[in-house]
Amino acid sequence: MKRILVSIKRVVDYNVRIRVKPDGTGVITDGVKMSINPFDEIALEEALRIKEKGQADEVVAVSIGPADCQQQLRTALAMGADRALHVQTDAVIEPLDAARIFKALADREQAMLAILGKQAIDDDANQTGQMLAALWNRPQATFASKVEITGDKALVIREVDAGLETLEIDLPAVITADLRLNEPRYVKLPDIMKAKKKPLDTLDLAAVGVAPTERLRAVKFDPPAQRSKGVMVKDVQELVEALKRRGLA
Amino acid sequence: MSKILVIAEHDGSKLNPATAKCVACASAIPGADITVLVLAASAGAVAAQAASIAGVKRVVTLESPAFTQALAAVIAPAVVSVAGDYSHVFGPSTTFGKDLMPRIAALLGAPQISDLMAVESATRFKRPIYAGNAIVTVECQADSKVVATVRTASFEAAGAASAAAPIEALQLTAELPTHTRFVSVTAARSDRPDLQTAARVVSGGRALGSADNFKILYSLADKMGAAVGASRAAVDAGYAANEMQVGQTGKIIAPELYMAFGISGAIQHLTGIKDARTIVAVNKDPEAPIFEVADFGLVGDLFQVVPELEKLVGQKA
Ligand SMILES: Cc1cc2nc3c(=O)[nH]c(=O)nc-3n(C[C@H](O)[C@H](O)[C@H](O)COP(=O)(O)OP(=O)(O)OC[C@H]3O[C@@H](n4cnc5c(N)ncnc54)[C@H](O)[C@@H]3O)c2cc1C
Repeated sequence: MKRILVSIKRVVDYNVRIRVKPDGTGVITDGVKMSINPFDEIALEEALRIKEKGQADEVVAVSIGPADCQQQLRTALAMGADRALHVQTDAVIEPLDAARIFKALADREQAMLAILGKQAIDDDANQTGQMLAALWNRPQATFASKVEITGDKALVIREVDAGLETLEIDLPAVITADLRLNEPRYVKLPDIMKAKKKPLDTLDLAAVGVAPTERLRAVKFDPPAQRSKGVMVKDVQELVEALKRRGLA
Repeated sequence: MSKILVIAEHDGSKLNPATAKCVACASAIPGADITVLVLAASAGAVAAQAASIAGVKRVVTLESPAFTQALAAVIAPAVVSVAGDYSHVFGPSTTFGKDLMPRIAALLGAPQISDLMAVESATRFKRPIYAGNAIVTVECQADSKVVATVRTASFEAAGAASAAAPIEALQLTAELPTHTRFVSVTAARSDRPDLQTAARVVSGGRALGSADNFKILYSLADKMGAAVGASRAAVDAGYAANEMQVGQTGKIIAPELYMAFGISGAIQHLTGIKDARTIVAVNKDPEAPIFEVADFGLVGDLFQVVPELEKLVGQKA
């Protein structure tokens, strides 16, 4: 059975304007809209397309976190994932522990591929995929904008600072999804009904053999420095004069 | 004392300016003892450049034909083989560093601080989260190694050293995997300044409407000696190349001057330009959020403004 594991992280929706709590202990997340991390949605879409091309048999969506993550897993099932695994915990899971959990599941599921979002838009860490590849001792193709599977290899185009880089990697491997990899499909109502019958298994951390460790402690949260408000100029002439005064034109 | 290993980014012959920024960041750690590691097929030229950065104590090199391209899976075990003595391992927050450093961290069993923007102590650092909408101060354990990617826009590059640091060639002992192979890279070669380090950047959004229309920005940029950037919407629509994207998921830049034409100012875009010294925004919508961060805002049609601007810049007042 050729299996693809996909990360589904529950995060604050990207349209929410994040504010820091006045006492600096975190950001306000009460009552805000939660969604699948947009990069994970792209990762799932790519896995589904690989399966639809007949290059994989099963897509397994994985989420780590509190009970509410099951909402995002149900959405992933409605999009087309075959089953879901929920590693349930209320602990803060650092990327290295998330990678350890994925490694345990990749072994257990004998995955041919793990596709993760390149970063989550909450902590913006951009670590878990690379860490999983390291622990799994397998190739990584990060920031992917095109994936082509041929037999036991994949050709991946990556978005890098210089332009577009193509890598050939042996499977199993880890791919992390960038924004231009694909456009995720919309979920239709009948799919939501069908998703209710798909298997969603809950595991605890002991079942995957990972005890979370606090390696980095968040001491304090601050709002970012604000830029002071500038001035409106009436025409190009005035703009150029302003720039010249700053030695910029 | 903090022993800091900085991984050099380079293209085989030239050191990337991001490395001098990593050195500047490392220098902010009290009692920093900084070593730069160059991995290359032939390290000589790059090592010499690294040795002349102020604050660098020594440069060490590892050579292998396998390092001709910077493949994270190939480089990481080599870095780990020399990282034993170090308390900190730093790389730049470029696609090179973002790809490589977490792989190193995982092999070391160490945490990573992504986009390190300020040093408070050897164990306490600041970094942005939520697309820069919050800054978190994190503390790591004193007895643990810490890996970081350095947010290059937050640091001025370290200057030139008065005397070059010693260079030492190390013996490669790590076994390197062959499961990851470089095929090709396509980079639009341009004579314009590099977006990441340019002093001036002219940038366009969805409003440009086509790749052809972007030419008016190239023309203005050339007159001003500027690099050209773009919003995600412009890149997604195919008006501009992916490496031109500025923002949360593109390049984070800190030029002297950033000029945004027809860019609305979404938070994901603003996070990439917040450190620019001067921001100019031209947008036909007076309510566009980009004006909230602009030093100089002009409400108008970019297709009229850009050609006019091109005529007036560089002219003696
Ligand atoms: C996870 C995630 C990551 C993202 N990362 C990035 C990123 O890294 N970088 C990025 O840029 N975006 C990013 N985005 C997208 C971002 O949210 C916005 O969609 C994008 O920045 C909008 O681009 P834009 O301003 O060019 O287009 P629009 O928002 O469509 O704005 C176009 C602007 O042009 C103005 N205009 C139209 N015609 C004219 C004219 N003739 N003259 C002058 N002005 C005119 C309009 O008034 C409008 O303000 C990301 C989004 C997500 C969800």
